Amino acid sequence: MATTTSKYERPLPARLGLAAEFYRYCKLHELRFQRCTDCGAWRHLPRPLCGECGSFNYEWAKSSGKGKVYSWITVVQPMVPAFNDAVPYTVPLVDMNEGVRMVAAIEGVAPEQMRLGMPVQVVFDDVTEEITLPRFRQAT
Amino acid sequence: MAHFLKDKACVAGVGETRYTRGTDTTTLQDALEASSKALADAGLKPHDIDGIVSNAGLAPAPETLAANLGIRELKFAVGNTVGGGAGACAGLQIAALAIAAGLARNVLMPVGWHSYSGLRVRKMGSEVNLATVPGPIGATIADFYMPQGAFVPAHFYGWMATRYVQEYSIKPEAPAAVALAARRHAHLNPLAYMRGRPLTLEDYLNSRVVSYPFRLNDCCLETDGACAVVMTSAERGRDLRKPPVYISGCAEGHPYPDDDFGARSDLLRIGLSDAAPKAFEMAEVIPADLDFAEVYDCFTYVVMIELEALGVCGRGEAPDFVRDGRIELGGEFPILTHGGLLSEAHLAGAAHIVEAVRQLRGECGPRQVKDAEVGVVTGWGDFGDGSIAVLRR
Repeated sequence: MATTTSKYERPLPARLGLAAEFYRYCKLHELRFQRCTDCGAWRHLPRPLCGECGSFNYEWAKSSGKGKVYSWITVVQPMVPAFNDAVPYTVPLVDMNEGVRMVAAIEGVAPEQMRLGMPVQVVFDDVTEEITLPRFRQAT
Repeated sequence: MAHFLKDKACVAGVGETRYTRGTDTTTLQDALEASSKALADAGLKPHDIDGIVSNAGLAPAPETLAANLGIRELKFAVGNTVGGGAGACAGLQIAALAIAAGLARNVLMPVGWHSYSGLRVRKMGSEVNLATVPGPIGATIADFYMPQGAFVPAHFYGWMATRYVQEYSIKPEAPAAVALAARRHAHLNPLAYMRGRPLTLEDYLNSRVVSYPFRLNDCCLETDGACAVVMTSAERGRDLRKPPVYISGCAEGHPYPDDDFGARSDLLRIGLSDAAPKAFEMAEVIPADLDFAEVYDCFTYVVMIELEALGVCGRGEAPDFVRDGRIELGGEFPILTHGGLLSEAHLAGAAHIVEAVRQLRGECGPRQVKDAEVGVVTGWGDFGDGSIAVLRR
């Protein structure tokens, strides 16, 4: 969604626990998810242990940034004033190629163009000095 | 062999306040008023209560309730039942277990909630910060959903509903049938906030989209009020003022992972998908035996997904199932006979229990389901936690 306001007033991630790691990589314009170094399973949201094998060992592995739309919403009525100039905006759930699913707003796609399975690519939006958020764009 | 918990506990009393938008009372006052009415309905005194199960964040804590009701011996207190709107119905299971185990004799379960006058996201302005909200979903929302513009249940459940709409090419006439059934029933319920406020198919189709795929009339109400349920053992229930309504089957279920919509391989597999077969097996009924269903209705689309999880129709079939009056009073499978969250009031599912009890007692006047013997109540909360109780007279 467009971020045209000079001072960014929309909610920023709380960066609780391991979420801070995820956003540290976003700041570097790298999309990384946890991958278990014992069984190799990818995971997102960030969690202390692997839900497949129970291991506490993991790495932050680099994602292709590519995925396909699994579902979406298009917000028409803003919930807080900071989104008044953003509506309508679309927030898809995306099946990433690595097998995890991620939420991020999509830029440059009209609501009526949204389709299941639409290929998308992650991009990065430096919304403040400290915080960079992932977004999606349609991939060709 | 019958399940050990089947028909061991019963609902002995129900009560509620008026349902309004705007109030001068506190949720504690409302919960106490509803509790007093439920106790009077059962023919019990506050001192008879020795157990309290209250819903997380939606009712005063058991300790507060006990202190205010003058309960001297509180033996069983649960103040954190699961999953928002799944909590009231899941509370029936907790109370039934406590009663069957002899941990408590008479259990009070109030819900007092000012969803209209209390805390609302849209009142928080730029201060919105769900990271401070306790519970399993606050951190997920604060870190991964809110920064992307997804704040509220209409957004989170919208992901589920869009997938449903797209997978099964659902036309708006299907969710409209749910909204219209609830409204039609509300007109027959003196307590319903929307009583006397008409809703036609045309109104529904013209109502604004608040967040695709939800129109305004797909969304539940925000109201102020409280209701309460009193439970006891089957034996004691038979000697009280009103006929007992037995908990024949109950279960809860949780989608995986429970704290993140995004990661679920199949968004349409909900907690109720697991819970419903267990509750029916325990109650020794099949969906065709049900005389009515009070299905948790935070959104019209959620009702359809739940009907499929209940097994009253197959996956993808609810959009057809709900048409042609089938879910209305007088139809084959009436649901939301009180108007539900969509048209009565939002008591986080507790009023669904109250209505089911009254239906099974035959107290519902013009909206009575004829000869109702067995009914089902479902709960739904957080990101799709499910709960279910099969009730019978």
